[in-house]
Amino acid sequence: MIAFVIRRLLQAVLVMLAVGFVGFSLFAYVGDPVSIMLGQDYTQEARQRLIQDLGLDQPFFVQYARFIAGAAQGEFGISYRLARPVSELLLERLPATLELSFCAAVLALAAGVPLGVYCGLNRDGWLARLLLSVSLIGVSLPTFLIGILLILFFSVILGWLPSFGRGDVVQLGGWSTGFLTPTGLRALILPSITLALFQLTLIMRLVRSEMLEVLRTDYIKFARARGLRNRAINFGHALKNTLVPVITITGLQLGGIIAFAIVTETVFQWPGMGFLFIQSVQAADVPVMAAYLMLIAFFFVLINLIVDLLYYLVDPRLRIDKGAAGGHGGH
Amino acid sequence: MDIVRRALDSDIFFSFRRSPVVVVAAIVTVLFFAGAVFAPWIAPQNPFDLRQLNLMDASLPPMWLPDGMPEYPLGTDTQGRDVFSTILFGSRVSLLVGFLSVVFAMVLGVGLGLVAGYMGGTVDAIIMRVADVQLSFPAILIALLIDGVARIVIPRELHHEIAIYVLILAIGFSGWVQYARTVRGSCLVEKSKEYVQAARVIGRHPAAIMFQHVLPNVMGPVLVIATIHLALAIITEATLSFLGVGVPPTEPSLGTLIRIGNNFLFSGEWWITVFPGAALVVMVLAVNLLGDWLRDALNPKLR
Repeated sequence: MIAFVIRRLLQAVLVMLAVGFVGFSLFAYVGDPVSIMLGQDYTQEARQRLIQDLGLDQPFFVQYARFIAGAAQGEFGISYRLARPVSELLLERLPATLELSFCAAVLALAAGVPLGVYCGLNRDGWLARLLLSVSLIGVSLPTFLIGILLILFFSVILGWLPSFGRGDVVQLGGWSTGFLTPTGLRALILPSITLALFQLTLIMRLVRSEMLEVLRTDYIKFARARGLRNRAINFGHALKNTLVPVITITGLQLGGIIAFAIVTETVFQWPGMGFLFIQSVQAADVPVMAAYLMLIAFFFVLINLIVDLLYYLVDPRLRIDKGAAGGHGGH
Repeated sequence: MDIVRRALDSDIFFSFRRSPVVVVAAIVTVLFFAGAVFAPWIAPQNPFDLRQLNLMDASLPPMWLPDGMPEYPLGTDTQGRDVFSTILFGSRVSLLVGFLSVVFAMVLGVGLGLVAGYMGGTVDAIIMRVADVQLSFPAILIALLIDGVARIVIPRELHHEIAIYVLILAIGFSGWVQYARTVRGSCLVEKSKEYVQAARVIGRHPAAIMFQHVLPNVMGPVLVIATIHLALAIITEATLSFLGVGVPPTEPSLGTLIRIGNNFLFSGEWWITVFPGAALVVMVLAVNLLGDWLRDALNPKLR
């Protein structure tokens, strides 16, 4: 167990260093930060001073080491576009993105699992067939189009819900939350649904196919032969055993939610990190791009790590296999 | 003729004919392809030829609504472009980018997968590690990153011209892992078969064995992945264009059209967004259905 954890941790650190390298190369070689920061009029002296201040006259590995050390402390330099520290900008927008992602994940799970179970249990029912067909359409609907259609119906035609922004937010320490005001909650509804829908259909289809698979197994037949009640079989035995892959995929999808938040935030002009990232890409604001990349990579590596460990804890077969195979295989 | 008769007799064609949904999906896909290829000839108007635009006809609703005109079946945008024609030209760009990026991803992925599976050892380890790392990030993020970097590195005027190729490379590069993993898996199985050993014994070059003997035997699953990937690539392209980092507005794809139309949502001109959006969904749905069917039809376990 400990060897497994250490190996996964090492892998995670390696991935982060590799991503850091990409981030640093962006930072160091893409565009000319000095002329962007100086603007139109400058003296040769001012240019030299800025180069020294930024440490751009240092050798490559010194710069890389300084970048990694800075990144580890959350220090990513100054945004070209907004002339403010990148870490400050990201921290300001982090709560908006995390609250949106959290709502979307809860929604996707709370609706996806029961719908999947229902479709698995009534595989030939008309409602299950309908849900399955609708879910295929859901997979084919790009996230941004879902957002636009929701805005069209609920904001433009019906005028029920706001189409952009977060509404009123309350500052709790350094965390700005929209959970505590009525306008904040109303503003959350459409973006959360938009972001959740794709993951919801995926989870539903996954739970359904896993349920179908488990319901065919011998131990379920045996449980039926013993005369257990349907409820006990379906939820006590079948659902429990479908949850292992569901946990894994959902965990990995959580990363997907954070990435697709870029699209949702752009559609709803949600003041989160993703919207900031798109604006930075359009404005060639490299420090923000590099920092966002590192932060997202960190989330992904962390999520992957937790999912791997959870998998290991939840599924005892994995531990036995590992022992028998003498610790081969990375996963 | 013999080939046609054999194709019509095959199991795959039988399962194709038996499912009406798949037949409809195939017809829709073919229609979209035809519409895209022949857009300059069948579109009522060339929306990018300014001489053909009439500002008097701007912002007209679809023809079945009051004020609609039969010349513009799906209405016009704020510059007097016929929405139906822009959709035809837009699908042309969307399909072109989607198709070429799938080809690029396929060539890259199949090549690397074959090399990894056939050579084994360190080469295999390096390729598959890179694949693992890339797989832990969503494709859209990788495409966004490549596209964003290219935007900064390449000068602005030049970028406008080659934006489409950058986009193709970005989307293609974000999708090669699936192919590599599948091909590597099948290649490991094929490697131990007798025909490969025979080819080795008579002294054929490893590259020749890989590409002439092993490759044809691992192509089945690759085609299935490619079909499903085409749907994904079209969505990715549309998303990037919607975000404003895809194809330039001078050569709009469906995603760009939706982005432009989105600005007029609140002034009531819903048709500028909704019809390109509907075209995109129908196209992707049709390709997805074909992919699903192909996967089941080629899977011997389900027969």
